[in-house]
Amino acid sequence: MSGDHEETQTAEEMQVDGKGVQDKMINPEKSEEAKLKARYPNLGNKPGGSDLLRKRLQKGQKYFDSGDYNMAKAKIKNKQLPTAAAPEKTEITGDHIPTPQDLPQRKPSLVASKLAG
Amino acid sequence: MAGSGGDMQWCFSQVKGAIDDDVAEADIISTVEFNHTGELLATGDKGGRVVIFQQEIENKNQPQFRSEYNVYSTFQSHEPEFDYLKSLEIEEKINKIRWLPQKNAAQFLLSTNDKTIKLWKISERDKRPEGYNLKEEDGRYKDPNAISGLRVPVLIPMDLMVEASPRRVFANAHTYHINSISVNSDDETYLSADDLRINLWNLEITDRSFNIVDIKPANMEELTEVITAAEFHPLQCNTFVYSSSKGTIRLCDMRASALCDRHSKLFEEPEDPSNRSFFSEIISSISDVKFSHNGRYMMTRDYLSVKIWDLNMENRPVETYQVHEYLRSKLCSLYENDCIFDKFECCWNGNDSVVMTGSYNNFFRMFDRGQRRDMTLEASRENSKPMQVLKTRKVCAGGKRKKDEISVDSLDFNKKILHTAWHPQDNIIAVATTHNLYIFQDKVN
Repeated sequence: MSGDHEETQTAEEMQVDGKGVQDKMINPEKSEEAKLKARYPNLGNKPGGSDLLRKRLQKGQKYFDSGDYNMAKAKIKNKQLPTAAAPEKTEITGDHIPTPQDLPQRKPSLVASKLAG
Repeated sequence: MAGSGGDMQWCFSQVKGAIDDDVAEADIISTVEFNHTGELLATGDKGGRVVIFQQEIENKNQPQFRSEYNVYSTFQSHEPEFDYLKSLEIEEKINKIRWLPQKNAAQFLLSTNDKTIKLWKISERDKRPEGYNLKEEDGRYKDPNAISGLRVPVLIPMDLMVEASPRRVFANAHTYHINSISVNSDDETYLSADDLRINLWNLEITDRSFNIVDIKPANMEELTEVITAAEFHPLQCNTFVYSSSKGTIRLCDMRASALCDRHSKLFEEPEDPSNRSFFSEIISSISDVKFSHNGRYMMTRDYLSVKIWDLNMENRPVETYQVHEYLRSKLCSLYENDCIFDKFECCWNGNDSVVMTGSYNNFFRMFDRGQRRDMTLEASRENSKPMQVLKTRKVCAGGKRKKDEISVDSLDFNKKILHTAWHPQDNIIAVATTHNLYIFQDKVN
């Protein structure tokens, strides 16, 4: 947040003249939206819609599906990785045949909670 | 006791948890809940652990008593799992804890992670048997030929031991991530809600559950909203509400039909379409819904405000309180750093006169409905001398910053208070920062 501080200042300064200030005061949301669209011109117009929701529903998904598995198996020549719904944080998708042994073993914490200390 | 009359002066009572540097991700507190008498306070964390504190009161007979919450029991409720069939990693993080009303010597609570709900029994043991005929005191079996007499084992006192044991495991009923559980006033059933469905369970039966709400569209491309929270009415066992990511609340009556897809009431505040922006829907998403204790109102929390609804009026809330309106001109950054998706909870005090919710910079806000007053307080180790009165804080939105104020740009957005709880009768509150649990008490209790 503090990193954005200077950028915010600049944007505000640019809108100092006349109507800019009025708009900002009447609808800060709209000016924030303009800021966002300026930074990400490819942003779709349906913010609360399917994309965001589907990303939420897919939390925790490690591998896409068996199509993923088969593509890895077939070893496509031009190495086209499936991009569809794989969440960004997933490191292994289509490039690797997942087996139970490969998955990072998540063990429960054997340490007691610090609240109980 | 818990009055709205007069000034509330909050004092520091206790803080639990490690001092800043020595923390792991597992220690992130994910839920806080008092039981029905307020004697017990439960917390759940990202590591799947539950810690229960018990209240010990000094000077019980005096009007100004000091109470302390000390560790009563702690156990591992949930463990990380991997669903190989769906390639889904299941977090052990405890999303919610709900206490059952006490019926006998033992205490019961429901705890849930994203997929599985468990019923835990917490019981005390202060006696142990001694003098078995066939076993030595250390448990080894005696040589039967060496036994010459017969005696009756006796129960002798021992140091108090608190045991937690899982009594029921309610699994495999949710395709999506569970966000809420709520115990019904009928003492027999409870509901669990995920992003698209709500299920009704009987506390005794784990192998079946009834689906009572299903908002999954036939074509997932048409998905426009998800369920964000759900709660049973505190008095009417046939009524429950659920909130959505679009800022609406639906009240359902289970007597009307088995599947409550058609709501009895729809609570929605009309929006001026000319004010609509990219962020409108996101910030209108309701992160928490709570009925008042008297069952006449419900409170919702969206990103910037807390709204109180009269159950008899669907078209707009009766009260709206701004939690941190100054963030409206920071939405772009808050979207970029994902803070706009933070899910804040809210709670009522015992007599429904004051409501509380968290904010950033370890600030939390209280709104006194009767006195039309609000307060901003901070949970920090700097204000943690015993019975130290908390100073009210103020955020400067713009223009000249006064001496004790903090400017919006100086707020620490990593210090969020998402979970707070209010003692059911007294003015004692539990406020969770990321890794610590603060307990504050009103000076004149």
